[in-house]
Amino acid sequence: MKRNPKEQDGSGRVFARRALLLGGAQLAFAGGLAMRMRFLQVDQADQFRLLAEENRIKFQLLAPARGEIFDRNGLILARNTPSYRINIVPEDAGDVEKVIRDLSLLIDLDPDDLERARTEMRRNRNAPFRPITLADQIQWEDISKVAVNAPALPGISTEIGLLRSYPMMDSLAHVVGYVGPVSDYDLSQIEDPEPILKEPRFQIGKVGFEAKSEGELRGKAGTKQVEVNAAGRVMRELNRREGTAGADMQLTINADLQTYVQARLGRESASAVVIDCENGDLAAICSSPSFDPNLFVRGISVADYRTLTEDPYRPLANKSVQGLYPPGSTFKMVVAMAALEAGLIGTEDTVWCPGHLEVAGRRFHCWKRAGHGHVDLNGSLKGSCDIYYYDLALKVGIDKISEMAKRFGIGVRHDIPMSAVAAGLAPNKDWKQRVHQQDWRVGDTVNASIGQGYMLASPMQLAVMSARLATGRAVTPRLIKSLDGVEQPSGAGESLGFNENNLRVVRRGMYSVSNERRGTAYRNRIVPDGIRMAGKTGTSQVRNITAAERAAGVIRNEDLPWERRDHALFVCFAPYDKPKYAVSVVVEHGGGGSKAAAPIARDVLLQALYDGTPPLEAYPKSDRSRIQAQQERLTREIRQSRAAGSDQA
Amino acid sequence: MSYLAYHAKSTPTGLRKILFLNWPLALLLTTVASVGFLMLYSVAGGDFSPWVEPQFKRFLLGLGVMLFVALIPIWFWRNVSVVAYLGSFALLLAVEFFGTVGMGAQRWIDVGFMRLQPSELMKVTLVMLLAAYYDWLPQERTSRPFWILIPVAMILIPTALVLKQPDLGTSILLMASGGGVMFLAGVHWAYFAAVISAGVGLVAAVFQSRGTEWQLIKDYQFRRIDTFLDPSQDPLGAGYHITQSKIALGSGGWSGRGFMQGTQSRLNFLPEKHTDFIFTTLAEEFGFIGGFTLLTLYMLIIIFCVAAAIATKDRFSSLVTMGIALTFFLFFAVNMSMVMGLAPVVGVPLPMVSYGGSAMLVLMAAFGLVQSANIHRPR
Repeated sequence: MKRNPKEQDGSGRVFARRALLLGGAQLAFAGGLAMRMRFLQVDQADQFRLLAEENRIKFQLLAPARGEIFDRNGLILARNTPSYRINIVPEDAGDVEKVIRDLSLLIDLDPDDLERARTEMRRNRNAPFRPITLADQIQWEDISKVAVNAPALPGISTEIGLLRSYPMMDSLAHVVGYVGPVSDYDLSQIEDPEPILKEPRFQIGKVGFEAKSEGELRGKAGTKQVEVNAAGRVMRELNRREGTAGADMQLTINADLQTYVQARLGRESASAVVIDCENGDLAAICSSPSFDPNLFVRGISVADYRTLTEDPYRPLANKSVQGLYPPGSTFKMVVAMAALEAGLIGTEDTVWCPGHLEVAGRRFHCWKRAGHGHVDLNGSLKGSCDIYYYDLALKVGIDKISEMAKRFGIGVRHDIPMSAVAAGLAPNKDWKQRVHQQDWRVGDTVNASIGQGYMLASPMQLAVMSARLATGRAVTPRLIKSLDGVEQPSGAGESLGFNENNLRVVRRGMYSVSNERRGTAYRNRIVPDGIRMAGKTGTSQVRNITAAERAAGVIRNEDLPWERRDHALFVCFAPYDKPKYAVSVVVEHGGGGSKAAAPIARDVLLQALYDGTPPLEAYPKSDRSRIQAQQERLTREIRQSRAAGSDQA
Repeated sequence: MSYLAYHAKSTPTGLRKILFLNWPLALLLTTVASVGFLMLYSVAGGDFSPWVEPQFKRFLLGLGVMLFVALIPIWFWRNVSVVAYLGSFALLLAVEFFGTVGMGAQRWIDVGFMRLQPSELMKVTLVMLLAAYYDWLPQERTSRPFWILIPVAMILIPTALVLKQPDLGTSILLMASGGGVMFLAGVHWAYFAAVISAGVGLVAAVFQSRGTEWQLIKDYQFRRIDTFLDPSQDPLGAGYHITQSKIALGSGGWSGRGFMQGTQSRLNFLPEKHTDFIFTTLAEEFGFIGGFTLLTLYMLIIIFCVAAAIATKDRFSSLVTMGIALTFFLFFAVNMSMVMGLAPVVGVPLPMVSYGGSAMLVLMAAFGLVQSANIHRPR
């Protein structure tokens, strides 16, 4: 069969036509591909280049060094100490379990940490080059053991980090506070949180000064640009911008004094505040019992935490600024000043104290059941006569007393960088109407006159009150001495505008309390002439004494359960002629102010005035042997606690 | 007896044949393969060992195969078309029963020194069979329904087997190249119009079937279509390939980031960077210029084939040459459309460039047919 397909029926032409058509279509399609390529690679190149850079470039944050905290003399209160971690890179380790077994022969590994590390490894199976932490906060000796044996431990590496530590241990726990890991709650409280906060292991101030000055202490995080591959492995570092360290801060606290005061308060549930009358510097703010803030930095155990929260003495509470107490008789100076400034009484005017006073059909008692007889202003302070102040308050009225209290800093929030600083309360008629929807009653005024009833003040406010009485100026407490080397404004304050004579009379009354026989704090006097102390005792009831109880004879404090005993208070300043320090002491349920609070206040004041252990000559002769024993005991305790604190670091 | 037999004496004989090779075509193929070596060297991070070396050996083997096929007269190949088709069909069946399962599909047979993918072989033998069929078929019967049913069956039976593997990309390629040969043979327009409208209907049916009991394609194929239509839907999952590929391509810009400087491929953001997605590396490192150059090389190959096909007076030779050119075109057109986000990710390699043995060997053998047609064409 012969045929020539190409010349038959024009099939050659059909094929050529169709081949050209198909070839043309292919060319057109290729043109379309070229257009698409041009669109992606030329028109949209910038956008895709950006996406490619986003793919490969990752930012890593470099944690800034936290600012350190010093006391007024340059002693370190919060510092960053090197802390070591042991990491494992599963990819390099090969047999991970074997390496862990070998490692645990060298050092102790926490089974919980290991379990966590194993879980993390399972989760990170696709990225076996990521280091996983096996143990944190390792001692230097252990780290050196690991380093020496490094060749036998493939994939194991050590890493150095910074850990916050508090060498003063529990002396400054309430002031400085502590840092801890950032919780979800913390993040939710911050608007637009800095990215560094989301880094694991980054710590922020949780409580106290650490929390309140977080902004200054934290510093600015640096960044590191790295190139990563699709699996997230870092290939190389592209560039690095170091962060700025947080500002160092110097507090007005005198750490030696603070430590002494803390030791002097001992196991009492108490607090004491020492304020510098000249510039408002808080030389010591103590709350007892305290706790070791280092426990929190390292992650406190459940058992330790429960011990702290279940202690009836509430060690976690910062009583010096958070605790509110009825000021009791320490408030009497304020009432006296209100009456004197209003010109309602003369200094010589006397009141007859039979031991009780009938007001509006109710009988109000003086602490001294037998009464004080005729008392003038000086005598009323010296003997702490209640009836005198009932009488005075009825003349002055609550609104003037409340106003005077505020001028002395009670019921006013002193803004210092500590957690939950309480404002206290200086009630007046409006307040009661507003809060309790009740009329102010005359009985309320009587209670307020001796710092009971609604009246509430914190130990710090009582110290401020004493400093203001001592100077006549609106002394304001100051906690930060210098920030990053810059001295902070003084808290000396303007004159309060009181009549100097009125102040002198009240101070004279306070002098009598602790320097004259029959003064309530005479036994706790300071002997040397140049540094005599002026003070005032206070005992505030935490229960009502019913008429029936009174008839049966008031039960002595010692016979009551602890939580129903009276609070003991004492406020004072010294030297009387040229006040330097004002001190307040509150001993919760300590009984009488003269007995429980005044001795502490006197010891603290002496310690502050001498800037160290005072000579025994400063004490009354009868006390000296007892004081000597006490001084020796405290010195020993402080030395031990200091040693523990330096081990800490 | 065909026209060729009469003019056989005018064709070169012996080793003189080599002089009559279509040298520009051979040179173009070598150039494209060299682009492949360059890119494989780059994606290996400047290393010959994992991919370039085996690929180079295969290319040398391929050149040998091409020469071998080219030297044998084209009428021999026409005569063995049926056997070749049946052989590759048998291999396809063998895959069905003894094949190796890889990446969710049963595509390979392990033949010792390499893994053979019979569907690749089928692409060429189908074209050969159809060309031989239309060479044999008298022209006036070309458009008669009965004589159309025969080639349709030749196309659809292997297509069905490949689809079952499942390999959607290759089955589309098989249908398109088979249909293309029928079109070139002069089958009436109306049939193609009918098939295209039926195809549109089928696509509609496929989408309708989704989620029902008679679902026509696999879930992963649906997902590929979904992510093709909207890659942002799942940028880290199935859409990842398309998104990263477009980023690599686009970030190349006009002149590229430089040889071995492509961050997307070097840092492993690109999937399958040495096989199906190798074009993105080229476009990233050599930019639009590089991509366009490769496209031009490919199109030159097509143009040479079209020219050779039209010049040849032998019907089998013309049809085989055009059919192979079309298959080759479909390879790179589908692959490039895929990496540029114009087509779903169907798993078609970039011919002569992507790392892979059977595809390259089969293509070289196919170009051997084209060369043989050229050498043995009546002069």
